[in-house]
Amino acid sequence: MNILVGIKRVPATAGQITLTPDGQEIDTRYLGFTVSPHEECAVEEAVRLTEKHGGSSTVLTLGPEAAIDQLRDAMALGIERALLLETDGREWDPVATSSAIVEAIEAERNAGRTYDLVMFGNESADSAGYQVGVRVADALDLPCVTGIKALEINDGRAMVRRQTESGWEVADVPLPAVLTVKEGINLPRYPSLPGRLKAKKKDIERIKPEWRDGGLQKVRLKLPVQAGHTVEILGQDGDAGTQVVELLQRLRLL
Amino acid sequence: MVLAFIEHVAGSPTKLSLEVLTMAGRLARAMGQPLEAVAIGPKGAAAAGILSSYGVSALHFADDPRLVEYAPTAWAHAIAELADQANPAVVIGTASDRGGEVMAHVAARMTLPMAANCTDIVPGDAFTVTRQRWGGSLLEEAQLKGRVKLLTLAPHALAPEASPSRTKVVTRAFTPGFDDGDFRVRFVPQVEADTGKISLAQARVVVSGGRGVGSAEGFASLEELASLLGGAVGCSRAVTSLGWRPHSDQVGQTGTRIAPDLYIACGISGAIQHMVGCRAARHILAINTDPAAPIVDQADYAVIGDVQMVLKTVNAEIRRVKAGAPSRTPA
Repeated sequence: MNILVGIKRVPATAGQITLTPDGQEIDTRYLGFTVSPHEECAVEEAVRLTEKHGGSSTVLTLGPEAAIDQLRDAMALGIERALLLETDGREWDPVATSSAIVEAIEAERNAGRTYDLVMFGNESADSAGYQVGVRVADALDLPCVTGIKALEINDGRAMVRRQTESGWEVADVPLPAVLTVKEGINLPRYPSLPGRLKAKKKDIERIKPEWRDGGLQKVRLKLPVQAGHTVEILGQDGDAGTQVVELLQRLRLL
Repeated sequence: MVLAFIEHVAGSPTKLSLEVLTMAGRLARAMGQPLEAVAIGPKGAAAAGILSSYGVSALHFADDPRLVEYAPTAWAHAIAELADQANPAVVIGTASDRGGEVMAHVAARMTLPMAANCTDIVPGDAFTVTRQRWGGSLLEEAQLKGRVKLLTLAPHALAPEASPSRTKVVTRAFTPGFDDGDFRVRFVPQVEADTGKISLAQARVVVSGGRGVGSAEGFASLEELASLLGGAVGCSRAVTSLGWRPHSDQVGQTGTRIAPDLYIACGISGAIQHMVGCRAARHILAINTDPAAPIVDQADYAVIGDVQMVLKTVNAEIRRVKAGAPSRTPA
């Protein structure tokens, strides 16, 4: 089976977000970048599926040239081919992103490459539009399931499971299909050194889609107002037992 | 007209839907337009009673036996068709898993932009919305265009506000013109056997561990504390990635979001992706070797020290108190 996985390059934020002075971006001077978490699992799932069922896997991203790092990360885990939809660093909204991805998938089809599965993350960690996968499925007239936590492929159908407040729900979907994945569907492997070296030498195919206005335009980013509060230090190392118990009693938890 | 897409269980709207009705009502008043609602699935019409306290003048409910099971595309087809006929200025739903999924399908079908997880909405020619990024650790102010403004409301962005005066709600059944493609994806619920364990989402106390716990075996002391307090054990993403705990224990942006009375964060640094999952806790107690760790800043109480050393004395003290001994007065 042939699988296409869409991923996104996002900053590896830690304890606190700092913005650039114009409020347009996260200040990434001291940050690394990573693949958005749900998509890391989509990549792992695609590699496992091709290991089990044969076929080929392709990773795609829409982003700046630097996103090649994340494409190589995916190839280091076992994805064969990579496609960069190269942008000039401006932000693309969900309508614009999905239409560029649809065009890329159509160009692939015209070149004789079709996909049984197109996978995305349920939502990106940074802009979190919750809709790119659905829009791609709609434009290609494919069935779509979002937020899956388990997947099994049998006889051209996908059995998917996702978590609800009260348990699970399951669906049985014909392929080709678009599936968006939630973290927890698998535990992604670490890339091997030979995998990394192999990925480094691989070609990255490039398309330069033209930026378009999808109708949702960022004006500025803002940090939420934090209610100021103070922390009470109860103790250190082994001397805090009684203070913690006192706290538990005060909160009526003991 | 402002159209609120409400989710309901046999005609009883979910809490998040009451939040949507509250926001939709504010928008309708600001725009000088009526508020109407749409409900899909069995017994949707029964929601009318509650909707009358939220200023709703009409409730549309889709009536079709095929809507008993949840089929995202079919639900979206029903809402998009209603929107094409009734021509609302706004369609707003919840940002729940289902609400967000259905609204994304509505947007795709209507080829319109959509803003997800909004916390504030100001009407205009283009709407000015504030929406959540990074699970709410960062906010974006954005302009939303489109002939119909499509929005989902972030959970708990506001509290539901019922009005003391009731409106008369006209109920209107409609039958969408479905096609077979609308039912390619249909969900069947699967009920899990009750394990008797207190779930992470429901526990009053969650004892959660990060890399600072040291090892998978190191969680034994957290398990002990959780069991002494009748709570549940959670963990950070770092711990899941290391394979120390299953993903179902993970608290955070890509794990479970919880709101216990007390969150005990053991050896967790407090990255924003983690705090998104636990900041709704009423109290946070951090146990960390590093007094400068972000978690200490965001906690209400902290113990500075090694997790294992701290928990050893805490667990011993709890056992002592539970055995009937008086608590020692702190020095």
